[in-house]
Amino acid sequence: MKIRAQIGMVLNLDKCIGCHTCSVTCKNVWTNREGMEYAWFNNVETKPGIGYPKEWENQKKWNGGWVRNKNGKLQPKMGSKWRVLAKIFANPDLPEIDDYYEPFTFDYEHLQSAPDAKASPTARPRSLITGERMEKIEWGPNWEEILGGEFSKRSKDVNFEGVEKEIYGQFENTFMMYLPRLCEHCLNPTCVAACPSGAIYKREDDGIVLIDQEKCRGWRMCVSGCPYKKIYYNWSSGKSEKCIFCYPRIEAGQPTVCSETCVGRIRYLGVLLYDADRISEAASATDEQDLYEAQLSIFLDPDDPAVIEQARKDGVPEAWLEAARNSPVYRMAMDWKVAFPLHPEYRTLPMVWYVPPLSPIQSAAEAGKIGVDGAMPDVRSLRIPLRYLANLLTAGKEEPVALALERMLAMRAYMRAKTIDGVIDAKVAAQVGLEPAQIEAMYHVMAIANYEDRFVIPTSHREVSEDAYDVRGSCGFSFGNGCSGGSSAGNLFAGSKRKTVTTPTEVF
Amino acid sequence: MADYLNTAVFGIYPYIALVVLAVGSIIRYDREPYTWRSGSSQLLRRRQLVVGSVLFHVGILIVFFGHLVGLLTPIQVFDAFGIGHGFKQGMAIVVGGVAGIICLIGATMLLHRRLADPRIRATSTFGDTAILMLLYAQLVLGLATIPVSLGHMDGEEMVKFMSWAQGIFTLDLSAAGYVRDVSPVFKAHLFLGLTIFLVFPFTRLVHMLSAPVRYLWRPGYQVVRSKRAPFAQAK
Repeated sequence: MKIRAQIGMVLNLDKCIGCHTCSVTCKNVWTNREGMEYAWFNNVETKPGIGYPKEWENQKKWNGGWVRNKNGKLQPKMGSKWRVLAKIFANPDLPEIDDYYEPFTFDYEHLQSAPDAKASPTARPRSLITGERMEKIEWGPNWEEILGGEFSKRSKDVNFEGVEKEIYGQFENTFMMYLPRLCEHCLNPTCVAACPSGAIYKREDDGIVLIDQEKCRGWRMCVSGCPYKKIYYNWSSGKSEKCIFCYPRIEAGQPTVCSETCVGRIRYLGVLLYDADRISEAASATDEQDLYEAQLSIFLDPDDPAVIEQARKDGVPEAWLEAARNSPVYRMAMDWKVAFPLHPEYRTLPMVWYVPPLSPIQSAAEAGKIGVDGAMPDVRSLRIPLRYLANLLTAGKEEPVALALERMLAMRAYMRAKTIDGVIDAKVAAQVGLEPAQIEAMYHVMAIANYEDRFVIPTSHREVSEDAYDVRGSCGFSFGNGCSGGSSAGNLFAGSKRKTVTTPTEVF
Repeated sequence: MADYLNTAVFGIYPYIALVVLAVGSIIRYDREPYTWRSGSSQLLRRRQLVVGSVLFHVGILIVFFGHLVGLLTPIQVFDAFGIGHGFKQGMAIVVGGVAGIICLIGATMLLHRRLADPRIRATSTFGDTAILMLLYAQLVLGLATIPVSLGHMDGEEMVKFMSWAQGIFTLDLSAAGYVRDVSPVFKAHLFLGLTIFLVFPFTRLVHMLSAPVRYLWRPGYQVVRSKRAPFAQAK
């Protein structure tokens, strides 16, 4: 057993209002510059829909993620190492920028400089790549906002697997959800595996996946490898970039920008301990539908003395163990089983998890379309949204998703009974296999969602990884070389080289 | 061509070019690693790139390694294997000609794309376009030497180039003399080739030094870096 810790994220989709604050604040901080205008480390999609880039979930088209060979070994879906290298001159699995969208600005100046006219002046779009006029904007990171666009296009969504589209069409008006997406910081990332330069790596101490900007050569295999299409090729710098999980903030014990600014308070950050020796075993489960449980099985109980002892041996700091015991992510994923990985069938073991939304069930129940079992709407009678959510979150296995939805409904029923009727409804808790105390804890974390309950982030121990004396006066955040003056150990022009930051966090 | 000019271009210039190539690349790798990249524009426009880039790269790799082996293998090695000079020249013409044409087709597509496609044109740097044009001119010159070569198939002309190239690397100060009397087409081809060496560290060509072949024997798939380790080891 080799224990590692990772800061995981859970997004409670039941509370997401689709306001895009996360996307915009992230954009302003990280990708508001040439070459990255089209890239959104975080974007919010309306589901059902094909998303951004177009049809990113369709791995028959993009060949992202892993496949399990007949001999039980995993290899990237885009091919073995030879096959990956063979694509280096031209990568057939690389999306074109039009699959994302051509970035644009508007001629705002025209609004002020337009001559006197009967019609009010307009600001027309202009390409941020060519600088030329764009007559029509064709796509964007939230193009299908609130089910925009034709149903025929949106229905290409691969999560409709096993659902008859005509039947779905009837649900069009009641079934909609938002899906904020960012890098999953996977335990078994395909981007890392596909990078020929070895520039992408996972940090052992907090699990954040980063691209070493000085080592990246722009072979762009990672873009294809990542099944979530969350690695973006910067056409200006010729390097790939991705969500960095706001690591400078995480190291300081602060939440990521997207989490901090989420007005719906849907995001949770917390430590998960996992067994690094069992990653490949979990990722190569024979049946895709077992992947969710396989991933659960490598998460370790932070209250188990044996786990604590081993974690100390493997160098997990005490503050991290403490944080793991209070982790909201662990509670939602492991204790209450209400959070799920996004598309576990890609076999990357993603670490950004989602609580499924109740909205389709709740609205159908209110409209009297489905049966009510006691105080609770009958989740399982609503087959189509259930199937859809299962395709999104558990590779099509409906039972865990149904149980999670029932637990969330039970939480509502229990708390309504408690606060309005003034009775403790232990029966409704027992119905979903929980104790009243657990329901109240769920309510506290998921419904009240206080800041300190949502974000339990231990600071990283930089003092053991670098000598603060060497770092004094060194560069902060910069592109490329900053003022480090090169990356080699020696100095080209004689004399000893000034030592600068030598941690893996020296990316960008 | 006057002797002093011949010595300058084929006796001294090669050393300047090679030194700039080596030292310039080392300095860039050391001090500007962020600029070290292949500079792919496939994201912006797929059309013409997929076919063009593959043809260009496959062609140019054959041509490059053909030149490397053909010019720098000592003549005695060919003699020891009983490979006649005329036969070697024939091989060079056939293999180089076919690969050169493949490469030229690819380069034509890439150059057309770079100049005619609005997105690629707008995002190209001067260096991107210039190096492609230099390579294009060099390809055309290289193919233009074939008719000249066909005029004398005994391989003696080719031996002159081998002697010259090997003379440069063995610090033979009279190396320039070997190529004094060759056809101007060859001289132009040599000069342009040396110029490409000269500008190499300042262009995207440096990406060939990072050809990621090590990927094939990199153990496993995952890369994990520890923050705790480096400082602890340094202690």
